[in-house]
Amino acid sequence: MNAPRILMQRGLDHAGRSHRLGTYEQTGGYRAVRKALEMSPEALLDEVKKSGLRGRGGAGFPTGTKWSFIPRDSEKPRYLLCNSDESEPGTFKDRWLLENDPHLVLEGMMIAALTIDSRLMFNYFRGEFTFPLQRWRQAVDEAYAKGYLGEGIFGSDRDLEVVTHYGAGAYIAGEETGMIESLEGKRAQPRNKPPFPAVEGLFGSPTVINNTETLATIPWIVTNGGDAYRQFGTEKSRGTKLWSCSGPIGQPGVYELEMGYDLMEFLDGELGGMLDGVTLKGIIPGGSSVPVLTPEECRGAKLDYESLRERGSLVGSGGFIVIGDNVSAADCLLNLARFYAHESCGQCTPCREGCGWIEQLVDKILEGHGTQADIERILRLSDQMAGGKTICALADAMAWPAVAFIKKYPEDFADLCAEPVDMDALSAAVGRHDHILPRAS
Amino acid sequence: MAVFTLPDAALVEIDRTIARYPEKQAAMLPVLWTVQREQGWISPDAMAWVADRLGCSAAAVQSVVTFYTMFDDGPVGKWKLQVCRTLSCELMGARAVIDRIRERLGIEAGETSEDGVFTLQEVECLASCGTGPMMQCNFKFYENLTPERIDALLDELRAREPDPDDVEPVIYERPAIDVYRAMFPDSLARERTGGAEVEAQ
Repeated sequence: MNAPRILMQRGLDHAGRSHRLGTYEQTGGYRAVRKALEMSPEALLDEVKKSGLRGRGGAGFPTGTKWSFIPRDSEKPRYLLCNSDESEPGTFKDRWLLENDPHLVLEGMMIAALTIDSRLMFNYFRGEFTFPLQRWRQAVDEAYAKGYLGEGIFGSDRDLEVVTHYGAGAYIAGEETGMIESLEGKRAQPRNKPPFPAVEGLFGSPTVINNTETLATIPWIVTNGGDAYRQFGTEKSRGTKLWSCSGPIGQPGVYELEMGYDLMEFLDGELGGMLDGVTLKGIIPGGSSVPVLTPEECRGAKLDYESLRERGSLVGSGGFIVIGDNVSAADCLLNLARFYAHESCGQCTPCREGCGWIEQLVDKILEGHGTQADIERILRLSDQMAGGKTICALADAMAWPAVAFIKKYPEDFADLCAEPVDMDALSAAVGRHDHILPRAS
Repeated sequence: MAVFTLPDAALVEIDRTIARYPEKQAAMLPVLWTVQREQGWISPDAMAWVADRLGCSAAAVQSVVTFYTMFDDGPVGKWKLQVCRTLSCELMGARAVIDRIRERLGIEAGETSEDGVFTLQEVECLASCGTGPMMQCNFKFYENLTPERIDALLDELRAREPDPDDVEPVIYERPAIDVYRAMFPDSLARERTGGAEVEAQ
């Protein structure tokens, strides 16, 4: 069965006015939240759990399970926080949603808030999202004017407020607890867990934090039921997912695909293949933090959680970066190492020092002064950074691409070195450290 | 300490902002945004003033100002050009765009032109990867950039004043393949050239 466009239909059909309340309601908007107001929180939670929806921000954690961690008996206020700090390199789908269908995001937030009995919601935008923010503010104003937000929403006895918050430039504010710190007016330095935000989050209160795309999926699930949603996709990857596609390809942009779609069919079909004269070198399927796939690994791969993991990569945020053969893997790694070194918050030594070291070593190799020992040093450093040695996953997000690029394109690094590299010895070194890469569980 | 003041309208806005949050300090980022909008940047006096308003230390405010890349703790040009340098944009030729700006303005990344009109910054991913290379000029995105488009855009910007409400992105038509080819990075060409030289010998 072909999945419908759950997230993009309205934006594509009504481009230029899909962000207005009138269009939203004429195309079925705000019916799901009215239905939700008639349902118990338990029934709502049940539908979301049944749907099999997993978080679309990067980690892929089951959404219903996350919501169920909110303690029912807490005296404290509960908060819903929408993560619109889209910053994972290669990812721009939340921006598309916020610009083209802000009411869909807002309705999803409302339903989530009803489910966890929250009266105050926050939407945290990255500071650079000025245009999406303008669209969003207009949507919020329209909703308040209609009585869809504020006291007694939709004529019910439920009160619901939303605060629009925006950052000021920090990748790490997209990490759940980094975002909480940032919203509390501090540096966006992630917290140790536990306690998890569901128990002790924003202002010390139970907090659910969901990605923008995740929340935008909720209205469809409530309208059509969790069972209807789980019809689409594969056993462990239900429904549809947005893919932000970039690189030297024919038709870059945001696409909504049913989970399990064939990767090469997508590249050669919807994306229009590679630009004339450029040959495929590799694809980073899920944002810069996930391991690159070689053309060979891409063939037969499906765009879903289990298939990409089987091939040693991840769905991540769906930032689909296509790399052409005009660049070397060392250049790609230098670019990403510079990014992670810049964005490391500095709390944990392995990350703060490791990201900068990797950047310097790759730079040295690219300058023609590198040696085999330098390549192996990058592998060893990566091993010392990944796998729960730091408060958050930024160190892993540096270590995975580092090991993956060297493992899959060793000649790109070896050819740049000042002296001949023993490829067998390099391969053995990769074998000692590639256990840090994602693999089928 | 020098007396720091803001226009009355900004003070009202700040009071309203603080009232929206369960805790005062949570208003830190939006209050700093208001200060930067009014002052152009965030001075030490302004930081002390914000600390006083939010009931925290000036050090706490400074730690926030210096942590987030969009806050300026020194004066910047009328136009702040923030060019994305992260992978997707660099694959499509961001370096050629940055180089053209450097050449045209005679400044390096992080510097402001002598006339105070332009500040150039290299920044990390701005979530506009499908239309890279791209940049943010103050609060507006310009996408599908080429060196030629930079020439025209710099002239246009120099001639006008920023409008803070004008934030809708400018998305130029996708460049033709030969334009891209001239912009594409050519790291592997280094190796190919090396090979050609060996053969020629």
